[in-house]
Amino acid sequence: MTARLMQGNEAVGWGALAAGCRFYAGYPITPSTEIAEMLSRELPKLGGKFIQMEDEIASLAACIGASVGGLKALTATSGPGFSLMQEHIGYAAMVEVPCVIVDVQRLGPSTGQPTSPSQGDVMQARWGAHGDHPIIALSPTSVRQAFDLTVQAFNFSEQYRTPVILLLDEVIAHMREKVELPAPDAVRVVDREITRVPSEWYLPYGDALSDVPPMASFGMGYRYHVTGLFHDPAGYPTQRLDEIGPWIERVFRKIERNLADIVLVEEDGTDAANTIVVAYGATARSAQHAVKLARGQRAKVGLVTLLTIWPFAEEVIERVAHMARRIVVPEMNLGQLALEVERIAGRRKVVRVNRANGEMVTPMMILEAIEGK
Amino acid sequence: MSQDEHSAYNYLRHTKKFPNVWCSGCGIGIVMSALIRAVDRIGLAKDDVAVVSGIGCTGRMPVYLDFNTMHTTHGRALAFATGLKFARPGLTVIVIMGDGDALAIGGNHFIHAARRNIGLTAIVVDNSIYGMTGGQHSPTTPLGSRATTAPYGNIEPPFPVCELAAAAGATFVARSTVYHAVELDRYIEQAIRKNGFSLVEAVSYCHTTFGRLNKLGPAVDMMRRLKENSVTKSAAEKLSPEQRAGVIVRGVFCDEDRPEYTALYDEVIQRAQEGAGAAVRTTGGLG
Amino acid sequence: MKHKDRDKRTEIRLAGEGGQGMILAGIILAEAAAIYDGKNAVQTQSYGPEARGGTSKSEVVISEEAIDYPKVISADILVATSQEACDKYTGLMARGGLLIVDKDQVGRVLVHQAVRAPISRLAAEVVGQPITANVVALGVLVGLSGVVSREAIEKAVLARAPRGTEEINRAALAVGFAEAARIAGG
Repeated sequence: MTARLMQGNEAVGWGALAAGCRFYAGYPITPSTEIAEMLSRELPKLGGKFIQMEDEIASLAACIGASVGGLKALTATSGPGFSLMQEHIGYAAMVEVPCVIVDVQRLGPSTGQPTSPSQGDVMQARWGAHGDHPIIALSPTSVRQAFDLTVQAFNFSEQYRTPVILLLDEVIAHMREKVELPAPDAVRVVDREITRVPSEWYLPYGDALSDVPPMASFGMGYRYHVTGLFHDPAGYPTQRLDEIGPWIERVFRKIERNLADIVLVEEDGTDAANTIVVAYGATARSAQHAVKLARGQRAKVGLVTLLTIWPFAEEVIERVAHMARRIVVPEMNLGQLALEVERIAGRRKVVRVNRANGEMVTPMMILEAIEGK
Repeated sequence: MSQDEHSAYNYLRHTKKFPNVWCSGCGIGIVMSALIRAVDRIGLAKDDVAVVSGIGCTGRMPVYLDFNTMHTTHGRALAFATGLKFARPGLTVIVIMGDGDALAIGGNHFIHAARRNIGLTAIVVDNSIYGMTGGQHSPTTPLGSRATTAPYGNIEPPFPVCELAAAAGATFVARSTVYHAVELDRYIEQAIRKNGFSLVEAVSYCHTTFGRLNKLGPAVDMMRRLKENSVTKSAAEKLSPEQRAGVIVRGVFCDEDRPEYTALYDEVIQRAQEGAGAAVRTTGGLG
Repeated sequence: MKHKDRDKRTEIRLAGEGGQGMILAGIILAEAAAIYDGKNAVQTQSYGPEARGGTSKSEVVISEEAIDYPKVISADILVATSQEACDKYTGLMARGGLLIVDKDQVGRVLVHQAVRAPISRLAAEVVGQPITANVVALGVLVGLSGVVSREAIEKAVLARAPRGTEEINRAALAVGFAEAARIAGG
């Protein structure tokens, strides 16, 4: 593909198609709607399916239904719609059905400011659904990364049988940047493992070596049960403690054992820094600029850009916190991921740089924090 | 009759522990066997049938059935089923719901699934109450009836389920009761055969909550009321409005043919692949 | 101290009322820089929820290098096509920056060095299509600043022009260039 000026939302659409997504269900909401518009045009060209549902609850439900039917499925929304989707994020985690949810964060709470950016949904992405379940959430810092991390979101979702949340913010979603997308055959695509055992032996939630039991799509000849109740390896509801406990342990283990694969972090100059900036999403772009200016003043400052928000990059933060005197955490919220950094950083000084009025955190705000002003 | 001669035997999951969760005397089991008989009569392969449910007493039905089964969230069964049917149009997808499930929390999905005319067969087991949570009033609780959340009598008028589905765009709509099991078999069979959104309202009862709260007697008495208090559509036409009040009218209320959603979408795919969709430009798009 | 790498990035802000085409003008300018001049460019925007009316702003950052912070820090160039936009953003310009206003829409300008061009009148009377005012503005902007090449902006405008409107858009750009030449010469 040649170089083009492309919006983040559009890159998400191309990323989904490259990852093999062939189903989209969604409900219009600013600032995510370009993803739906783009896929309503492109999906049928590939024989894929697009449907505009009656609300966001139905949208994620339809995606899960389609995924059980064997299609890779995507929905995209923003704050209010993301709130509505929480129950089905929990359902997808419970039934271990792959699906990708894009949340383009806008200023909230409530209707808030639909066209203004925010990073206010970070904790909701982790804890929005009731009950304990693992989740993967990724957040791109550029248009090209919006493409790459959409592909990655589908790959993780398929590999680990889990819902994956792609956290954009309005800046990345609507920003147009020069990008050159890779050729479709240059994109690494992971497909869910499909069972090969005879149907009478198939256990949809049976113990697998990898903690991720192979799937079977409805209609393939494996008649099994899917339920949001706690279930036994055969998929039937259970109240037995010796079946509930191992289930919880397994679904957490399937993520925790693979942190090295899942936790994506970019580090720049962290090995010789006494100040570390930890940033993600559009705010990472402000941080890059601030770090560049600070280094111009000979400050020893390093930058950690979190591409994977959840599970949190505990190991990396622990390592850099050990060496640094202060850690600066800029966010377009009043301090959400800073809580995680503070949890890991121990007694190191964590400086929060927050803005939650619909404008980006500026490089100057971060620079002042780096300089300790 | 030996077990394997019983028509239902081959359609039940024998590795799943029976008995079922329903109270003895409940009507939901009759709807389950009517569904089995309808599928058996059409001769569908079990691999090609999916049964999707929501939450509530009725929502527990799929686990006993040897099909592709999905027990989803409260009220959203039709939305899950829409995704499944759209992804795999070759599947026969039957959605089994209770009245609170389908019409209160799921009311929006109910009318929109009907409006789209997507090829799903919806069965609403209407027992006029929330059974599993212990007898709260539902969107089909009759005026004046008592429920645990209507201790002074229900003041909300009930939804006419069939009329609602027909007005929203369903192409097959019928009502019967769990007393009229043979009729129910037939309506469910017709509904499954319909290529479009079809609805069967199976009027049942809940002797455990509704019957007890309204002093209607045990299950047998409630079953008898379904017999005595229901008439066919043609018989109902001869009744005065006063006589018809509170009477269950059984019959087929709608049987039309309109293009089904997934078939229409196949045409969308064809148009897109022929390049006809390029006229609509979206901001930043390739055009 | 410096708050941005002045020699490395050029920041342009285009602001006006919703519906005047300022966001599209920003996209075209960014495409001219990124695709046809081979530089890097980032375009962002902010606008109200409504499609028409309200203040709308489009920002373009152009650089030979990779662009980190995507927003304008202090605009090197401001094009204002409404009084409100002019009032709001003039004070946020870089020292010595270029301010271009549509003099038919903006009566009061707070700085001396502003370029006052009759952008909307040129679009209506000379081009004959009021809707081309944003392209006229691009012509004035590029003609005066050289922030992208003339070839690049022309290719970018034509690539975005709906079929059948190529000539009118080419004419609008030429009218903008001519106005820039008149201003520079006078």
